[in-house]
Amino acid sequence: MKSYFSVLFTGAWSLILGLKVTIKALFSPIVTYQYPREKLEVTPNYRGHIDLVKFADTGTHKCISCGSCMRDCPSDCIVVEGEKREGVKGKVLTIFTLDFTKCSLCGACVEVCPTKALDYSNDYELAGFAREEFYYDLLKRVEERE
Amino acid sequence: MEIFYSILPDLIRMVVCAICGAVIVFGNALVMGYAERKLAGHIMFRPGPMEVGPHGIYQLVVDGLKLMGKQLVIPKNADKPLFMLAPLLAFAPVFVPLLVIPFSDKIQGFDHDIGLLVILALASINLLAVLIGGWSSNNKYSLFGAFRAVSQNVAYEIPMLLSLLSIIFMTNTFSLKGVVAAQSPVWFIVIQPLAFLIYLVAIVAETNRAPFDLPEAESELTAGFHTEYSGMSFSLFVLGEYANMFIVSSVATVFFLGGSSGIPLPYFEYSGIIWFLLKVYLLMFFLIWIRWTYPRTRFDQLMNFCWKYLIPFSLVNLLITVVMVKLL
Repeated sequence: MKSYFSVLFTGAWSLILGLKVTIKALFSPIVTYQYPREKLEVTPNYRGHIDLVKFADTGTHKCISCGSCMRDCPSDCIVVEGEKREGVKGKVLTIFTLDFTKCSLCGACVEVCPTKALDYSNDYELAGFAREEFYYDLLKRVEERE
Repeated sequence: MEIFYSILPDLIRMVVCAICGAVIVFGNALVMGYAERKLAGHIMFRPGPMEVGPHGIYQLVVDGLKLMGKQLVIPKNADKPLFMLAPLLAFAPVFVPLLVIPFSDKIQGFDHDIGLLVILALASINLLAVLIGGWSSNNKYSLFGAFRAVSQNVAYEIPMLLSLLSIIFMTNTFSLKGVVAAQSPVWFIVIQPLAFLIYLVAIVAETNRAPFDLPEAESELTAGFHTEYSGMSFSLFVLGEYANMFIVSSVATVFFLGGSSGIPLPYFEYSGIIWFLLKVYLLMFFLIWIRWTYPRTRFDQLMNFCWKYLIPFSLVNLLITVVMVKLL
């Protein structure tokens, strides 16, 4: 008989506490972002697909077309080609493409790069209508970037 | 012709009442649907609907249009006539109780001596609609939802009626206007706080809302009795649910919160409706608030709470009321 009433009072008290929690939440500021219009700043540590780094001192990338990334890639999604040119030391990069449909974002290419020419990009809005939209020409991207 | 002229005022009154009833039912569903989603959002630290119109205020209009455009799917093995009948039965009876609710001293469809009985009788038709809908869907989830709805509503109707009965003993009338008039010095919530609490718990169960929304418990029964309903037949159930919420909140306002009484405004016989609607929507806000606060109860807990707590307490409350009325 005693527990009959004590259960009632402890239960009612916990219900009132619950109401207090939600009424506080009701008048607190919202924490979500209205995504397409309001964007959260992406952390620099975000690991998107790879990108060639543009260096401020040279104004271009530092890729020496060694092909380490291409050989190291477990998914076989990087193609690097370079050619010898008159009066230029080393090879000049002509093709650097990434097939992002196959990339598993393992980062082996970034690790192996001897000149630290590769880095992760901050792109996260990845949606497309065709597979071809994910064949990235990284050389073109680095030239177009400011 | 003479007869026609003699009944003309009544005819006009009927037409006006019907139109006002429809406006209340649909307008209330729009307001409540929006308020529910908005409050649910803000309770979870998110803004709720924001896209259609400023702060998403046209969201429910767009949703309504979408539901009207959708196909009505009838399952192959469903009992077709009953399946089509159930949403209509859930929706149609909600207009009649609105006629006897006194929105203010002068704004009322008609005042009848058995006003409360009309409301209670027609409010239970909704339960029949749930049972028919669950049965005719030929789907085990729907059937379980309907079973639960029936046992829950039958159980919770008893404390609801007993708590209202203790008010009836004090006022000696079933007329809602009479009940409002009887509360001129103090509202009955002050004299009968326990009856008010019991009524409040019972209406949450009667309207099948969380934490007592077992008939449509989505985690166990997908959507309960309206699993198979789509498009407009689904939205008729929702309209009926919100209209029922409005009716039970109105009854609570009339019986416990003094109806349209409040600080007198100009033309109070008519403007008392502002106080009335304010009280009704405050109660509905409370219903939304508890819906988004408490988790769903287990079915045995629900039944235990009714039979072991609400019914004994309301019986004791009734007994004390009767003795006090006799003595004073």
